[in-house]
Amino acid sequence: MRHLASYILTRILLAIPMVFIMLTIVFVVLRVMPGDPVNAMLGAHAPQRVIDQKKEELGLNKPIMVQYVEYLGKLVRLDLGDSMIFKQKVSQPIIEKLPATIELTLFGLLVSLGIGIPLGAAAARRRRSGGDFGIRLYANVVYCIPVFWMGLLLQLFFGVWLGWFPVSGRTSPRMEASVFSKTGFYIVDTLRIGNLAAFGDVMWHLVLPSITLGVVLSGIFVRLTRANMLDVLKSDYILAARARGIPERRVVYNHGLRNALIPIVTMLGLQFSLLLAGAILTESTFSWPGMGRLLLERIYLRDYPTIQGVIVVYTLVVSAMSLLVDLLYAAIDPRVKY
Amino acid sequence: MTARFSPAAGAASALRWFSRARRKYRTEWWIMIAGILVIALIVAMTVFPHVFTKYNPNDQDAGGQMTAPSRAHIMGTDNLSRDVWARVVYGAQTILGVAIAAALLSALIGIPLGLLSGFAGGLVDRILSLVMDSVYSFPGLILAIAFAAMLGPGVINITLAVAVVYIPTYFRLVRGQTLSIKEEVYVEAARAIGARRGTILGRYVFPNVIATVVVVLSLNIADAIMTEAALSYIGLGLPAGIPDWGMDLSMGKKFLPSGTWWMITFPGLMIMLLALGFTMLGEGLAEILNPRLLEK
Amino acid sequence: MTQAGKTILDVRNLSIAYPITIGVVRAVEGVSFTLGDGEALGLVGESGCGKSTLGLSILKLQRPPGRVTAGQILYRGTDILRMSDKALLSMRGQNISMIFQNPLTSLNPLFTIERHFLETMHFHDPGLPREKARAAVEKMLETLGIEKKRLKEYPHQLSGGMRQRIMIGLALIMNPDIIIADEPTTSLDVIVEAGFTDLLLGLRSLYKLSIILITHNLGLVAEIADRIAVMYAGRIVEIARAQEIFSRPMHPYTRGLIACVPNILADQKELVTMPGSPPDLVDPPAGCPFAPRCPKVMPICREKTPALFEHAPGHSAACWLYGKEG
Repeated sequence: MRHLASYILTRILLAIPMVFIMLTIVFVVLRVMPGDPVNAMLGAHAPQRVIDQKKEELGLNKPIMVQYVEYLGKLVRLDLGDSMIFKQKVSQPIIEKLPATIELTLFGLLVSLGIGIPLGAAAARRRRSGGDFGIRLYANVVYCIPVFWMGLLLQLFFGVWLGWFPVSGRTSPRMEASVFSKTGFYIVDTLRIGNLAAFGDVMWHLVLPSITLGVVLSGIFVRLTRANMLDVLKSDYILAARARGIPERRVVYNHGLRNALIPIVTMLGLQFSLLLAGAILTESTFSWPGMGRLLLERIYLRDYPTIQGVIVVYTLVVSAMSLLVDLLYAAIDPRVKY
Repeated sequence: MTARFSPAAGAASALRWFSRARRKYRTEWWIMIAGILVIALIVAMTVFPHVFTKYNPNDQDAGGQMTAPSRAHIMGTDNLSRDVWARVVYGAQTILGVAIAAALLSALIGIPLGLLSGFAGGLVDRILSLVMDSVYSFPGLILAIAFAAMLGPGVINITLAVAVVYIPTYFRLVRGQTLSIKEEVYVEAARAIGARRGTILGRYVFPNVIATVVVVLSLNIADAIMTEAALSYIGLGLPAGIPDWGMDLSMGKKFLPSGTWWMITFPGLMIMLLALGFTMLGEGLAEILNPRLLEK
Repeated sequence: MTQAGKTILDVRNLSIAYPITIGVVRAVEGVSFTLGDGEALGLVGESGCGKSTLGLSILKLQRPPGRVTAGQILYRGTDILRMSDKALLSMRGQNISMIFQNPLTSLNPLFTIERHFLETMHFHDPGLPREKARAAVEKMLETLGIEKKRLKEYPHQLSGGMRQRIMIGLALIMNPDIIIADEPTTSLDVIVEAGFTDLLLGLRSLYKLSIILITHNLGLVAEIADRIAVMYAGRIVEIARAQEIFSRPMHPYTRGLIACVPNILADQKELVTMPGSPPDLVDPPAGCPFAPRCPKVMPICREKTPALFEHAPGHSAACWLYGKEG
């Protein structure tokens, strides 16, 4: 247990440089780039006095290094600052919207894996056949489909033409109230209070966005699974299992796939980043109230502190996921020692 | 012992290599050719748009408003009565230009940094690697969005925003190759005079790295195309006058409930085709140049 | 041609080929031999002679695209090559088992030792209650000289010798008649190899096993085998009782093989080798495959391929030196 704790601690410590670097990059670019936020706020014709006053108010007239250090100081106390546009702390809308993004991203991941892994395994079994080629083609084509285009097409087909699924939001307007969200994760909330109607509504709303996100990124998992399976199926223990009379199906899946999936787990962290990126586009297309839409909104409004805060949170989420993935890997591979 | 390459000898051996490759890697060869054809077609659209369409993409009186595809307008018209096919044809310029420029810029920055880091080693390498790895594991699109937002609209700005995302890709690639080759070269260098190292680098290291870089460049352009489209879909980066597929998609989105499928289908299809073209080129080339190069 | 007792495995005229881009590799060509009940047969030859392919094919495990192109493999009278899939699965591990060269990679790194055993037993005897299965496994481990606690461990936690013994255990857990050992000690050090040999001989009498031992290690085969078959270029060139092979080898290749083994007692100045290398199996030359390297080659050797013929009681060789076949 002591090993585990120190391992986690080390990983957390390692994540800090990344957060640091990303936030520094964003900070620097924000301050250094052309485009004065105050100008944008007050308009070009505002008198200089007013401009200066505003700048002082926002602390923008101090030297960059001072601003930077102040920001870091606040960050350590988990204070992301205040919004420049609205009267709210930066963290407030983030806390509200982060669960929506996480929910979407997780379901997208599930869809990706659910499509990608079986197809990849199937392709490996049928190596060099028509089926293999078709699946590989699918993987390559699908990755080239813009996420937002996929979303629009699905909306058009299943939403507008067939009317089977909703095209926006996390819940229907009338259901919204009955979710009684405490965690922000509607799936969890509706199940907690046993409101199955609301649960169904939430799931219904998740279908198109998850498929949008999941299908486009399934291609990566198809390729990964296929490559790993091909490697694994050449192993000696596969031959030995066959020699013991274990049926082929079981050999391929229990012995083969399980081993093939381990390298995939290590790559989950990176794929999660891609999913987060895709989620922004999905949120925009499906009017999904998540961090992605928040980011875009505040970019439009030039609310720099919030933009910065969102980026920091994204970085933290990515690091957290990366840590989780490492732990998962250590848990499923008995050869790993921490 | 210096070997002199004559262009004729080089061309002859390249030709021999090509025909051998074509025989051995049938499928991959055709995939690559398919990719090249698609790219060529779209490049043609870029260079000779008037051959493909007689309409002006910004002409807001081309035909009726939001008319479905017909003989006059094979892809219909949009909400401002502009011919969609014309916008598709002219839109190629923007997306292709930005993507290629961004990819080249990324390479231009990432490759030297990778070489430096790989060769120098020590603290320089560690710091650079740390920075690059952090950026690499961060969702690229979000980074591009942040940069595009801060830089403001404009073709150059959007190119820069996209370029930033891929610098770590080239950095890591080249650094990795440099590190593994460094092992081999050092032994030789230890025996030879200092100047020899450069020659070995130029004649053995470089060709190998070049092959990988070309493949990655192709795939990278595909990725850059998607990123550029995403940025303009969100509304960051391009002024209204320039036809762009991503932007057209976001407009099409507004009118989706009325079922105007042609405003969405065609621009999106083009993005996919162009990205596919470069992907096929890259994948085909990868298998031919060095099977198992891109196992991951 | 067997010593005593019934024939349990009868391989008749077996040929195996691998189609590759430039042609067809004739890995095994017209091989025939029998295995008696309780007998240990050694299959020796240098790398690439086809002995592993032959061994694998007995369980129809040869790596694709390898295919059997001719012949039969009769196990107790039934042709394995024409068995249904179900019968084949049942036979593998239960009637005929196989152990391999590398014990670490032959075990699934994600499975505990216990799970390896229980899985095998489950598929061959689904009705067997868990407790009985566990008891059988524990007994097996005892026979192998491995502590019970190892059952819950993973392959990478065991030593090489232990893993090899686990492999044997897995092969024997369902009480098969025949065990095929493909280079079982090649990856083990000499001391562990000695332990392995003792174990195998002990188990052989305990379980009344027939063994096919595939190896290039003449020393190992001398200790274990009753009869030895020598393979070259996919064919059996000599087959006889072990003592006969070593004391009165007929085929020049066999003689060469034995001469190559350094004798610690003799006063050798140089290591003996055989010049040349094995023939191309895609386009083999006419006549005896060993002709190009044979110190006793005759004109007929390059024209006609000699068949395996019993030139002395219980001792067959495929060589023109001993006269034409009948």
